[in-house]
Amino acid sequence: MPHSETVDLASVPLRELHEQLHGLPADTHRTSWQILNPRGRHAVAVGLDAPIRVRVRGHVGYYAAGMNQKAIVTIEGNAGPGVAENMMSGEVRVLGNASMAAGATGRGGLLVVRGDAGARCGISMKGIDIVVRGSVGHMSAFMGQTGNLVVCGDAGEALGDSLYEARLFVRGAVKSLGADCERKEMNEADRATLAALLLRAELSEFDVRDFALYGSARSLYHFHVDNVSSY
Amino acid sequence: MTAPSKPGPQTLPRQSATFDRHTIAEINRAAATGIYDIRGGGAKRKLPHFDDLLFLGASISRYPLEGYRERCDTKVTLGGRLAKKPIELKIPVTIAGMSFGALSGQAKEALGRGATLAGTSTTTGDGGMTEEERGHSATLIYQYLPSRYGMNPNDLRRADAIEIVIGQGAKPGGGGMLLGQKISERVAKMRDLPEGIDQRSACRHPDWTGPDDLEIKIEELREITGWQKPIFVKVGASRPYYDIALAVKAGADVVVLDGMQGGTAATQDVFIENVGLPILAAIRPAVQALQDLGMHRKVQLIVSGGIRSGADMAKALAMGADAVAIGTAALIALGDNNPAWEEEYQKLGTTSGAYDDWHEGRDPAGITTQDPALAARLDPIVGGRRLANFLSVMTLEAQAIARACGKSHLHNLEPEDLVALTMEAAAMARIPLAGTDWYPGKAGF
Repeated sequence: MPHSETVDLASVPLRELHEQLHGLPADTHRTSWQILNPRGRHAVAVGLDAPIRVRVRGHVGYYAAGMNQKAIVTIEGNAGPGVAENMMSGEVRVLGNASMAAGATGRGGLLVVRGDAGARCGISMKGIDIVVRGSVGHMSAFMGQTGNLVVCGDAGEALGDSLYEARLFVRGAVKSLGADCERKEMNEADRATLAALLLRAELSEFDVRDFALYGSARSLYHFHVDNVSSY
Repeated sequence: MTAPSKPGPQTLPRQSATFDRHTIAEINRAAATGIYDIRGGGAKRKLPHFDDLLFLGASISRYPLEGYRERCDTKVTLGGRLAKKPIELKIPVTIAGMSFGALSGQAKEALGRGATLAGTSTTTGDGGMTEEERGHSATLIYQYLPSRYGMNPNDLRRADAIEIVIGQGAKPGGGGMLLGQKISERVAKMRDLPEGIDQRSACRHPDWTGPDDLEIKIEELREITGWQKPIFVKVGASRPYYDIALAVKAGADVVVLDGMQGGTAATQDVFIENVGLPILAAIRPAVQALQDLGMHRKVQLIVSGGIRSGADMAKALAMGADAVAIGTAALIALGDNNPAWEEEYQKLGTTSGAYDDWHEGRDPAGITTQDPALAARLDPIVGGRRLANFLSVMTLEAQAIARACGKSHLHNLEPEDLVALTMEAAAMARIPLAGTDWYPGKAGF
């Protein structure tokens, strides 16, 4: 266990925290950090771009770990809207619950929410993998383009509305499917993908056979007047 | 019309002003297809515009500056409110955001070349940042849009400023649709979408919903970029006083206000023609908001939507803007709608000057297309030179007017230099009707 560097947001301005973290070279040896007293601050640990581990000891506000690259960020609390928004790579783990738009527009990396996630989880996702141990709110994966959303609990209304090629694995009940989202047959490759995601999320207690797969019916891929009631 | 049954005076065929030929054609087209018309460009209807204003040149009461001899400066600094690195432009006219996808790579390169030659900036668009544009734009503004296509922190950091797009003048409140024929392999890859499908651009940002959230979003972008980059906020003109005030309150360094004449790559014609405000009606409320907040000239105002000349630019600046942006005019400078392609426009069922099916990707001028053969028609070096020439002429025109008004900097132009030709323009621009000292809404008539 390397020595962990500590930044206490009770006394250090957020800008100073980011100056330190953004200044780390790609081959830094200062790879372990902890952030104390986040106290619901917005935009904590955003724009990281180095292979470091950051533990945030408490709750965070909006956009925590936004646009993360390479770093592994663990939030020991709840996260506000847009946690790990537009993540490119690395991992973000929320040990509590996440508010709306978790992982929004993410283009890579892994977001794990140990609790529940709110509305629009994975909205407009573009390659990110999201694993939620609990349930997700309405309109999750709205306009999801690529990537995987795994929900070990239930999904709210209009799951996968206007979905492109993102794949949605749900273990519990789905209140309703959104426009152009349909249940798909799961093949071996899908099960392998799901199993690997559960393993990475440290949620191997769940059985892949209990999940259903949802994806795009692709009927809205080309604008057509016959589909106008779906728009 | 009555049939000529006997000799003598006859009633001439009379077209209805209400059901004119264009309206009848649209009803027929809608009846046949069941779908509304989608097109590019901005509002085509006649609107109160800068043409309805005139400058009052100096005479005895004002002292003019000598043309070609006495300086009339044009520099503008954008983003000094909170950003560590504001951008400096040699001229107060910038290139508005237009996406790679809507435009070819060559067109984006030409815009970059032209703007750089002229000492100004270009703006990305709803498709991410291309190497062509970054490589050829000395000053590049990176748009942060609801779709977030291609968005990544590396491009944020290599941009010179960030423009958060709330809306645009052609369609305030609306999203977009780039049809599949323009989703080439490269466009698809940049947007993380399958090739060849119609792709929608959202009308709302996915991770925030109101002005308080916008303030937090701006803080996030500043933290990611080390508080270096100016943050612009762009709105379509609809409620300019409140929208500009909220953008300033949220922390914008620069606000961009786009009128309904501003172009789009593709939107419903009914939207373009019936939603939003002409830019003439939007500038003064925006300036008023800045003044009420004590932020006029501290937060810069860029206006766009139908800017075509140095006269338009000078009028916008006189009304309180710090700079203008051009989109459609820049494309025309590159060669869009050029009569040289008339034969091909005719084959598409249109004519030069009226071509607006930019979404179909069959642009004879090779600008609004992803077809390699068509795109190759635009030489980025020649196009860039043409754009630089046009920007130079705009600047010279504005300087000529400003000197005549006795101004040593374009920013010294003021509302008192203007009069309005129509009651409508006087009311919208809050500029006195020519020959009076009164405009509608002002007491004392």
